[in-house]
Amino acid sequence: MHLTATTYRPFLTRFQSLIALFILCLGISLLSDKFLTVANFWNVLRQISVNVCISTGMTLVVLTAGIDLSVGSVLALSGAITAGLLRNGIPIPSANLYIGFTLLGAMLAGILTGSALGWFNGWAITRFKLPPFVATLAMLTIARGLTMLWTEGFPITGLGDSFTFLGTGWFLGIPVPVWLSGLIVAMAVLVTNKTRLGRYIYAIGGSESAARLSGVNIDRIKMAVYTIAGGLAAIGGLLVTSRLDSAQPNAGTSYELDSIAAVVIGGTSLSGGRGSILGTVQGAIIIGVLNNGLVLLNVSPFWQQVVKGFVILLAVIIDKRTEKNE
Amino acid sequence: MLIAENITKRFAGVTALDGVCLEFRAGAVTAVIGENGAGKSTLMKILSGVYPDYEGQIRFNGEPVRFSSIRDAQACGIAIIHQELNLIPYLTITENIFLGREITTRWGTLDKNAMRIKTQELLARLKLPIDPETRVSELKVGQQQVVEMAKALLVESDVIIMDEPTSAISESEVAVLFTIIDDLRKENKAIVYISHKLDELFTIADQYVVLRDGKSIESGSMQGIDHDTLIRKMVGRDINTIRRRTTGHAFQSLLSVENLCLKHPVRVQENQLKNISFSVRRGEVVGLFGLMGAGRTELLESLFGLHPKRCSGAVYLDGKSILPKTPADAIRSGMALVPEDRKKDGLVLGMDVQTNISLTVLEKIEHAGLLSQVKETTLAKKYVADLKIKTPSEKQTAKNLSGGNQQKIVLSKWLATNPKLLMLDEPTRGIDVNAKNEIYKLILQLADEGMGILVVSSELPEILAISDRVLVMSEGILTAEIAVSEATEDVILKAAIPKSMSERVKE
Repeated sequence: MHLTATTYRPFLTRFQSLIALFILCLGISLLSDKFLTVANFWNVLRQISVNVCISTGMTLVVLTAGIDLSVGSVLALSGAITAGLLRNGIPIPSANLYIGFTLLGAMLAGILTGSALGWFNGWAITRFKLPPFVATLAMLTIARGLTMLWTEGFPITGLGDSFTFLGTGWFLGIPVPVWLSGLIVAMAVLVTNKTRLGRYIYAIGGSESAARLSGVNIDRIKMAVYTIAGGLAAIGGLLVTSRLDSAQPNAGTSYELDSIAAVVIGGTSLSGGRGSILGTVQGAIIIGVLNNGLVLLNVSPFWQQVVKGFVILLAVIIDKRTEKNE
Repeated sequence: MLIAENITKRFAGVTALDGVCLEFRAGAVTAVIGENGAGKSTLMKILSGVYPDYEGQIRFNGEPVRFSSIRDAQACGIAIIHQELNLIPYLTITENIFLGREITTRWGTLDKNAMRIKTQELLARLKLPIDPETRVSELKVGQQQVVEMAKALLVESDVIIMDEPTSAISESEVAVLFTIIDDLRKENKAIVYISHKLDELFTIADQYVVLRDGKSIESGSMQGIDHDTLIRKMVGRDINTIRRRTTGHAFQSLLSVENLCLKHPVRVQENQLKNISFSVRRGEVVGLFGLMGAGRTELLESLFGLHPKRCSGAVYLDGKSILPKTPADAIRSGMALVPEDRKKDGLVLGMDVQTNISLTVLEKIEHAGLLSQVKETTLAKKYVADLKIKTPSEKQTAKNLSGGNQQKIVLSKWLATNPKLLMLDEPTRGIDVNAKNEIYKLILQLADEGMGILVVSSELPEILAISDRVLVMSEGILTAEIAVSEATEDVILKAAIPKSMSERVKE
């Protein structure tokens, strides 16, 4: 079959981020012989797995036409809670008691913390009709402050080998964080494509009033989405904490920006209703490869930021144009 | 002064205006009357430069003119005061009036003093003794209307077009408005006055022009014409649509509504719906007519659980007492609502046909907790075939289909829920004639199958064609209930025209 304009246009549109990624990899590998190695491959994937976790939740939020600015702080607090409980437990001197936490218990507590903060975001947004931007901006500050209070401003370190396995270990030849983020992505793909929740998320983003009239409980879906986003940010927090073997009070600062960038580069519309999890994964990989490549090429960190900014602009411009063509 | 010759305007297949000719004279108020959809607003938008694209010619003071924008028309001396107020609430009166045409000093900064003085003059002329520095948000609606007029008068205009200027204001404010119009007439301006409220035309207008189905039917002097003649001229078309044949259905009661009230969202002591009571029987099509702002849409919305906090009264469906708190409640009890704004509320435009259809019944296409693509496509295929939806496939994005086909998707998604009561708000607005007739047939067929149907429409022929019974609303009150055999267009219109208005004129 001949590739006429009408047949290859949709092909280009569909795979534009993959094509961009391919060109990017090709370019970097021509310029640096350290890029195309097995070690670097796993290195890049391991690095992006945190952003993939966060951005999966962010995608769900953005699909409902919302945004979550608090993910970085929520990540920090959740990681710190897990680290703190693991290391110190909860001593209650007055009753001469000490509550210790197993590894699993401490991790669950961290994830619960993140989910609770996400739930609070959703509650504030639906109950008081706050714009998501404002509600989650407030949470960004609140969660960061709580992190400082919990850690008293110092890193919590020395968390043990079994915990650091989560961020640095290997399983069947693949890094554990890659397993974990892959699992999360697989579940999110299933939810968005194959469940009522996923369908309602797209419907709300596409037209909230049409979804409401169709009997969709808008508030409940939004609460669920923000809670999931908080929970996934917490899992990202576990990965960061585990990799560094330390919970830093200022961990995750400005992670929300990388996450939104991944979502946007992945073709999800900030006005909601259009986009996909796999698109976001591609976006996260593009950012990851770009970061890695710029480091390998010895580009100064200051220039890296400039380049990243332009890539985001370019991605959104291309996306706008394809949207118009549809 | 302003003459329109053979104006024709088409929108994507629909002819909104068809060879309209009319004349507006200086020093006179000309009323443009016609039913909803007769083409009044389209005509005004052409005259004021909103639609630069049309066939025919406009002559202004003898010269042929063609306006390419509102600014263009304004510069020539034609000003329009729209039905919806276009003011920015957080700016002052002066800032609003001069928006986009600010007076500047020779340094390029705003000459606030000059603007304030000019505003003061305008307000004095319009008898609105208010500080020009007042924020518009602090004004009453009637006062805001006056500010709109001041905006129109800032540029010396010879023609002033007013689109439904009294639709949102109180009676005393109407009186003020009329004295202002009177003054403008004395200043030898041509005033074009569009209104649904026929009674007020007798107080204010000198001439009338009747539009019907996009054509100019008749014009003449208001002197010596009466209310009923005017209504006849407005509606006097051949009724060639199918009338609902009365079926031998043993009507059982389905929906009964008792004393439904709805509080106004802002003015809490006021009611938008006042003690509405009516019933719909199984297999019956009930038409609900009313002019804009009569409360028809609010009634449907209240029944569908969209205003649970402001709504009171009793609603029985199938003998069970329900007053839905959410649309989900309403759907569960067997109601369906085809909303007025198809593109915003009826459909998720960016989704495809089958996802739109299945949105109301996702639990029915689940298999082991996951949505089944096969079941979904089967469901969609059934309705695409049953309702003859013209689409290349079930996966086509809804945005790309015509209005009629979009409306059929909305109907499909509701029929999929097997409703007992189907409520339709303006079901054929912006739809071509063929699709219209198909939708009428479908409605009648559904009724014959035993569904209760409540249709809101502002098109009288539509109401008369498909209803068994006609309810008429005006200002939140149910003013008439007429069997279709006794319903004529003027009986219905008389009940629909706001009482407060006609009483005021009689006094």
